[in-house]
Amino acid sequence: MTESTDRKTWLGLLARAPQGRIASLLSQVGPVPPATDLRRPEAGSVMVQGRAGGTGNAFNLGEMTVTRCSLQLPCGTVGHGYVQGRSKTDARAAAVVDALLQTDHADRVHATVTAPLAAEAAARQKSRAAKAAATRVEFFTLVRGED
Amino acid sequence: MYVAVKGGERAIDNAHAWLAEERRGDLAVPELTTAQIREQMTLAVNRVMAEGSLYDPDLAALAIKQARGDLIEAIFLIRAYRTTLPRFGSSLPVDTGAMACDRRISATFKDLPGGQVLGPTFDYTHRLLDFMLAADGDVPAAPEMPVDPAPVPHVMSFLNSEGLIAQETCDGTPAPDLTRAPLELPAARALRLQALTRGDEGFVLGMAYSTQRGYARNHAFVGELRIGTVPVEMEIPELGISIEIGEITLTECETVNQFTGSKTEPAQFTRGYGLVFGQTERKAISMALVDRALRWEELGEDDQGAPAQDAEFVLYHCDNIQATGFLEHIKLPHYVDFQSELELVRKLRRDATGQGAE
Amino acid sequence: MDNAALQGGFIDPARDAARAFRAGMEAMARPGTIQTLNGCTAPAPMSVAAATLLSTLCDAETPLHLAGTCDTDGVRKWVRFHLGAPLVGRADAMFAVGDWDALAPLDAYAVGTPDYPDRSATLIVEVAALTNTGATLTGPGIAQTATLSLPDGLLAARVARYPLGIDFYFTCGDRIAALPRTTKGAR
Repeated sequence: MTESTDRKTWLGLLARAPQGRIASLLSQVGPVPPATDLRRPEAGSVMVQGRAGGTGNAFNLGEMTVTRCSLQLPCGTVGHGYVQGRSKTDARAAAVVDALLQTDHADRVHATVTAPLAAEAAARQKSRAAKAAATRVEFFTLVRGED
Repeated sequence: MYVAVKGGERAIDNAHAWLAEERRGDLAVPELTTAQIREQMTLAVNRVMAEGSLYDPDLAALAIKQARGDLIEAIFLIRAYRTTLPRFGSSLPVDTGAMACDRRISATFKDLPGGQVLGPTFDYTHRLLDFMLAADGDVPAAPEMPVDPAPVPHVMSFLNSEGLIAQETCDGTPAPDLTRAPLELPAARALRLQALTRGDEGFVLGMAYSTQRGYARNHAFVGELRIGTVPVEMEIPELGISIEIGEITLTECETVNQFTGSKTEPAQFTRGYGLVFGQTERKAISMALVDRALRWEELGEDDQGAPAQDAEFVLYHCDNIQATGFLEHIKLPHYVDFQSELELVRKLRRDATGQGAE
Repeated sequence: MDNAALQGGFIDPARDAARAFRAGMEAMARPGTIQTLNGCTAPAPMSVAAATLLSTLCDAETPLHLAGTCDTDGVRKWVRFHLGAPLVGRADAMFAVGDWDALAPLDAYAVGTPDYPDRSATLIVEVAALTNTGATLTGPGIAQTATLSLPDGLLAARVARYPLGIDFYFTCGDRIAALPRTTKGAR
């Protein structure tokens, strides 16, 4: 199995997925068992912290919007979804994916949902990094005359 | 004294209807979408997120549209919306050392591991209006080059290794939160940083500029300025682990200031720190300068009586929503207050004239 | 995490919590009246009323103390998922829940400060019976007098330091009543 089968990794991928993307990929998985809500999707905030000087004491930087959902599959497996932003559809889809990845459906769901999400995230990051690299300054030290 | 007034309902409704019409403008011009604002007015969106103290580009774009481009009004809308959200908790402190940098420059070191990366900056533009933008046209793709996978460490860590700069260490104090408890003085640095990061850009900029011009003389170099994305991680109690709950763009500025030493400290460099939501470079640099000026007491410096050294002055006046709320309320009905002033002035004049006649 | 702890939250949080808040507020505003409060179920032995009140008033920023028989593994897990409230000792608690014997003595709880009398603890006392008999109550929110069954020794244990003080809820099944610090009581 690949690294994105680790739960912490897949929950992070789901959280950062672009709006609407999880539900769209999940629809390609085929029929999924109906889940019961334990905590209906709710939008809220999380206070983001930074550190003074990058390494000092923590301080409060401001909040970000987060939507979460918890549900249970008929087999009893519980899934939790946390996504950035205010999409209740995405939060529920993330919770369904989290639950399915703990069941026999894991391989199929990984191949259809989390693997593409990981590839897309990597591609987005690579593109920005490549543009940043193109703006990297190459300094020339001017010759001062000696030797 | 406050006395309620009644009436004017129809006038208010009609004013709001006209406001909506004016907001839309000429119907012959296509309506702006919030997605257009989010994607093409990004720096306005970033300012609204930073000072509204809520990272959500879609909401900030909506607020800008609703506020007709008045950013302080948009920030007001975001602050009001923010209070309706249940707070799930606090994140772990973000690790800016692990930032995926779009931009990373240092004014103090030319050659540094990870290199100087300009990113999408206005810096070397000529500030000439580009009339090409007034016409529609496709934008050519930005060039790409191979990525150096090496880490991009903080510039300050180089000075740290020589002991030339004060270390930033964590003593585990939980972060105070001025959105939950009223601001009280003396304010710890963590509280000051929270107030500054959500403070008004213009105010913080003005304060920072005053320090450069000699009020609380602290000559700052930008040791490092970086802009990029960091993941936000949070402990999830029901999972028993911490997970990433999203990714945000931040601007971080670390300044280096000369410090000649005090009775207890040898000469070394000291630091100012700015960290702000979004690509908000001017604000982050300003924040770092003001942070450094406010640190005079803990660094054993003299109080020069400069405005930027006065924590009460800076912290109580940097919030543009508090400021605008108090400022703008004086245009609302004060008929009774003014009536009493009027009576008083008339009486004083009567008395004065009476005396003069004698 | 065991799944029982994940059950028992509000079905429709916005409306259910608003209704529950109204019941909790009515109870506090009219000391001695008994209100119905339900919607949430926590693991035994916590009552429906206590679970619903906690769900309405507590979140990740309200430190909670679980006292005595309420401090079970099941309740802790339920609190962690549904409230996210940090579990703390008496001195740090904004809310505390349990039976009277386990909650006492009162001197360990925060009573607020002169500048911020609201920075005090609210105690949710689980009682075996809740009826309009027993102690006579007078004060704000009570037209003449009210009567309420109070745990033995509670009135004596309250120290009058108004505006500082502790506020009480009493929960029994799906019923709730309250005794704010402004209410005077006599046997």
